[in-house]
Amino acid sequence: MAEEQGRKWDRCLADSAVKLATGLGVGIVFSVLFFKRRTWPVVFGLGVGLGMGYSNCQQDFRSPYLLHGHMVKEQ
Amino acid sequence: MLRVCLKGANSAARKCLCGNGVPLHPLQQCRSYTSGGSGSSAGKIVAASVLTMGGGVGGTILYANWDPKFRANVEKSIPYSDQVFGLALGPAAPPPVINKPRKVEPVQISSMSEVWKDSKQPKAKEVQRKAEQPDAEGPPAPAPQETLEAAAKCTECEHEPAVKERPEGEVAARLAEQDKAEQDLLTSLSSNLEDALGSTAKVTLQAIGAQEAALQAIAQHTRQLREAMEAEAPPDKKSTQWRVLEDALSERSRSVDEAGAAVLKAKAELDKLRGVIDGAKHLKIAAARPSILAAEENLHSMVVDLDSVVTRVQTAQSEAKIVSQYSELVNEAKAQFQKELNSITPEIQANWKGLRKLTQDDLNSLIAHAHRRIDQLNRELAEQRVREQIHIDSALEQQKLEDKKALEVAISTALEHNREQMRLEQEKKVEETREVMEAEMRTQLRRQAAAHTDHLRDVLKVQEQELRSEAEEILNSSLMEKETEYRRLTQDQLDSFTLDMNAAYARLKGMEEAIDSHVIAEEEARKAHQLWLSVEALNYTLKTAALNDPTEPLEGAVQAIKESCAEDEFAQALATALPSESLSRGVYSEASLRARFYTIRQLARRVALIDETRNSLYQYFLSYLQAMLLFEKAQEAPPAKLSAEDLDTFKLLSYAAYSLEHGDLELAAKLVNQLKGESRRVAQDWLKEARLTLETKQVVSLLSAYANAVGLGTTMAP
Repeated sequence: MAEEQGRKWDRCLADSAVKLATGLGVGIVFSVLFFKRRTWPVVFGLGVGLGMGYSNCQQDFRSPYLLHGHMVKEQ
Repeated sequence: MLRVCLKGANSAARKCLCGNGVPLHPLQQCRSYTSGGSGSSAGKIVAASVLTMGGGVGGTILYANWDPKFRANVEKSIPYSDQVFGLALGPAAPPPVINKPRKVEPVQISSMSEVWKDSKQPKAKEVQRKAEQPDAEGPPAPAPQETLEAAAKCTECEHEPAVKERPEGEVAARLAEQDKAEQDLLTSLSSNLEDALGSTAKVTLQAIGAQEAALQAIAQHTRQLREAMEAEAPPDKKSTQWRVLEDALSERSRSVDEAGAAVLKAKAELDKLRGVIDGAKHLKIAAARPSILAAEENLHSMVVDLDSVVTRVQTAQSEAKIVSQYSELVNEAKAQFQKELNSITPEIQANWKGLRKLTQDDLNSLIAHAHRRIDQLNRELAEQRVREQIHIDSALEQQKLEDKKALEVAISTALEHNREQMRLEQEKKVEETREVMEAEMRTQLRRQAAAHTDHLRDVLKVQEQELRSEAEEILNSSLMEKETEYRRLTQDQLDSFTLDMNAAYARLKGMEEAIDSHVIAEEEARKAHQLWLSVEALNYTLKTAALNDPTEPLEGAVQAIKESCAEDEFAQALATALPSESLSRGVYSEASLRARFYTIRQLARRVALIDETRNSLYQYFLSYLQAMLLFEKAQEAPPAKLSAEDLDTFKLLSYAAYSLEHGDLELAAKLVNQLKGESRRVAQDWLKEARLTLETKQVVSLLSAYANAVGLGTTMAP
């Protein structure tokens, strides 16, 4: 249980890095292809990547506390 | 509002831009202008914020006024808001209280019937006594009257609201007084009546006698008158006759006057008598009634007689009048004739004897006169006849009128007499019925008295029975008490004897058991020794824990224990109470747990802020920051009781560290158990291991204690 924190952090960082890179890549691609080498798609892609990574991290850390509810339909 | 301000700022900026037309450093200038404009916009901002706040507060107060739940919520969450609300709205309305409807007390209705019944009984007794008293006395006439009086009085007394029973002697005295008074009254009344009756009778008789005398006188007078008129007596006799007639007339007049006076007197007396009778009637004494009735009858008869006599006298008088009128007429005619004769033949005397000396002329004249006279008389006669007819008619008329009047008078008198008669008859009948009723009442009262005596007899019988049953009950209960007492004493004796016997038997048994137990004790000692050995083996296995590895599995040692104490249930239970993990895997030692704790502590510190609600990455960041910045004591002695503020993660960890350092793994585990949230999750593993170790240690210590105890118990002192 104590190591789980460490493992989570590792996962999180790795995942974030990957996402960031992917975002960067996609941003560069879009910037080059569609937006005339502007800066903003890159930044946008970076932001998207970071955001996704952050969100995934958060989800991972939150996962023990999430409650899964079931909707019971009235028969 | 902010947008307006911004717009204002922008417009100001634009204006400055347009105004100056300098594109360079527009921001700076605008900044100066905006800084200038910001003063007014600041004021606007301030005003806007004040308005907003006021609106918010006012809206809150209004809504709180409308919704008491909202008000309660606000008062709970915001301090001092209840005071504000109290100022603005007044105190909150308390929850409605439903009043139970008051029960109306039932109205007490008091019945008068008991009071009346009570009053009826003594009154009945009185009536009975009174009825008995006058029966002993003389005439029965006063008795019914008295009972009637008593009954009348009883009814009057019953109708009164407050009735008190007068004592017997007083009642008797009162009754005697009343009787005497009544008797006196009665005698006086009767004497009065008799006197009055006597006097009236006398006077009436006198009157009647006078009337009779008058009648006689009138009759004689008329007879004489008639004789005088019809009989042609010689003159000297005639004069005597007339004289006699005159005497008779005077006699008649005198007697008539006398009779009239007597009648008047009698009438006065009768009136007096009637007054006396009425007075007697007003006294309303029943016994006088027959005498009153008799008096009334007498009065009535007297009145009748008087009236009849008076009428007879009146008829006689009328006849006499006729006769006198007739005589007068006759006298008148005779006188007239004499006068005429004298006028025609003056020389002829009254005497007819000298008729021989008359001449022919005289005779002729006489005859002519006589003829003329005859004619005249005839004419007169005819006239008289006609007039007579008329006179007769008028006389008839008059007579009719008079007759009618007389008839009316007679009818009225007869009616009155009849009425009087009927009234008297009615009164007589009433008297008779009253007598009958009184007799009946007496019989009914006698019957009631008989019923009363019967009732008394019954009540006495019932009472006798009740008393008898009560006495019997008392007797039975005392008998039973005595019996139970006797039984108890015998039982006590038996019990004491049994106790002694039991004691002796128990001692014998004890001795036998002591001998047996010695044998058993030897056996037990052997077993205990074995158990102790096996427990020691178990303890030894516990000590084989390396620093970070668990011990060897304890299964073998436990098996040995189980074999060694197959019959010992306690040991068996304890052996089976070991957790399965410790049997299969082994447990960690305390030292390794201690070492592990520090890593756990670090981790727990780091995630102290994270729990179910706060678990975003930002919270993680904050929690890390807290852990870096917060310094707590490495070890702190935990208090005897944990308060709410001691439940902070850092404090708990320091308490746990302290207790661990001092060897108290249990307390440390308890403290770690108080952690919440992510810290708890992180420490879960360690907690589980600590629990296992504690459990195992506990069981082992119990077993060893048990083995020691058993061993101690079985060692016998030399």
